[in-house]
Amino acid sequence: MNEALLRSLTPSVLGILVRRGADFAAAEDAVQDALVEAVRVWPADPPRDAKGWLVTVAWRKFLDATRADAARRRREDLVEEEPPPGPAPAVDDTLQLYFLCAHPSLTPSSAVALTLRAVGGLTTRQIAQAYLVPEATMAQRISRAKRTVSTLRFDQPGDVATVLRVLYLVFNEGYSGDVDLAAEAIRLTRRLAAAIDHPEVAGLLALMLLHHARRPARTTPDGSLVPLAEQDRSRWDTRSIAEGVEILQTALARDRLGEFQAQAAIAALHADAPRAEETDWVQIVEWYDELTRLTDSPVVRLNRAVAVGEADGPRAGLAALSELDESLPRHTAVAAYLHERDGDLDTAARLYAEAAQRAPSLAEVDHLTRQAARLNSRE
Amino acid sequence: MAKYLLLKHYRGAPAAVNDVPMDQWAPEEISAHVQYMKDFADRLEGTGEFVDGQALAPEGTWVRYDGEGRPPVTDGPFAETKDLIAGWMVIDVDSYERAVELAGELSAAPGAGGKPIHEWLELRPFLAPSPTVTECH
Repeated sequence: MNEALLRSLTPSVLGILVRRGADFAAAEDAVQDALVEAVRVWPADPPRDAKGWLVTVAWRKFLDATRADAARRRREDLVEEEPPPGPAPAVDDTLQLYFLCAHPSLTPSSAVALTLRAVGGLTTRQIAQAYLVPEATMAQRISRAKRTVSTLRFDQPGDVATVLRVLYLVFNEGYSGDVDLAAEAIRLTRRLAAAIDHPEVAGLLALMLLHHARRPARTTPDGSLVPLAEQDRSRWDTRSIAEGVEILQTALARDRLGEFQAQAAIAALHADAPRAEETDWVQIVEWYDELTRLTDSPVVRLNRAVAVGEADGPRAGLAALSELDESLPRHTAVAAYLHERDGDLDTAARLYAEAAQRAPSLAEVDHLTRQAARLNSRE
Repeated sequence: MAKYLLLKHYRGAPAAVNDVPMDQWAPEEISAHVQYMKDFADRLEGTGEFVDGQALAPEGTWVRYDGEGRPPVTDGPFAETKDLIAGWMVIDVDSYERAVELAGELSAAPGAGGKPIHEWLELRPFLAPSPTVTECH
């Protein structure tokens, strides 16, 4: 039973049903039912044509549901026979599904849930477990999202940027459960990159691959964070890095820079350094300057201050930091780090402890507390 | 997407606007209050934002380790403890603003005279999973 294959077929099967005239919400339910049936039946009786099987079964499920629905209203049968398969524009359908599931009328959490189910082929239970909410809550979130988008036309062109934001959220803000959301985000972005030729899609895919490559070195076995400079770089996944760099170079050659390409370029420069001391911080600062022009995000300026601290010394970093709002998340953590680099260990210890109080994640709280403790316990 | 804890205090919160102890409400006012809380939770489940809600008994016990091979020591309850939690609700929402909006609605639960209690609820963010992409430190 190949669950990956099964899930990879989800969007094109759903697209075919919708093109045959099925309403999106009903078609999506029917495809989920067909997936469940495949999991049950395939191990003993694998079909020769997996996609054809899924389309047939999903269409039958859809007709059954529609008939049951219709029967309640008026005892009258709908069309019995299956329509001819016709040409299946699979790639187009997949792209349309991405647009629909990331539609701007959806809240970010609804768009994430709908994308994971309708495009990713995950079950509601898997998505609920991945985001640590009850299954009933996730079911409601998904069905509301389906209602929201079901009035939209399936063939409307969408905005790639909104799709990328949703995929980035899946990659960056996932809890870790049974479903590997980072790997799932990469799979979905890869799929999108195959469906549309767009440098920012390539940029996001490269960014994900380059960060995913570091995952084995990012945490110790007990879950503690390992800062980039201290990571065991021999544990980085070189294949993933090579693929990310290649995708990024092709994208950059198109000369249509966007924020994901710029972020990926920074990740690639880190990946490029065999040892932390060999990092090309000057170039990284230049990329942060590009990013600032592209997004003008305070978070980017904060990261830029760190890079400036490495390229031109901690005093320069602190000067860059002093221009930023102190209430920014992680501002105090960056200040602590730069003061430590500057040799002001008392201030650094105090700021690390303060930053721990304000850190948004438990791993960061623990990490910053340990930094404060390290400085406080020095001889 | 962020989880928040809405904490309801028996004691320790600033005084509510409609600050009448529950045992001095009319019975139907208590029913209306209970129904409001239930409807609120149901509605949040419908919007896909409900995670959990529980009420706690007012009296608890303090427990601590007392050394190898010894049973834990128990003590209390201590009447002087300033803060006392009555219950909580956990929500999963898209923004801090939405969390504040929902806490405000919950605080409008009816009390004495069928009027909103305006009680102070404590809103606490959960520590999130650490993001994958962090280029600083």
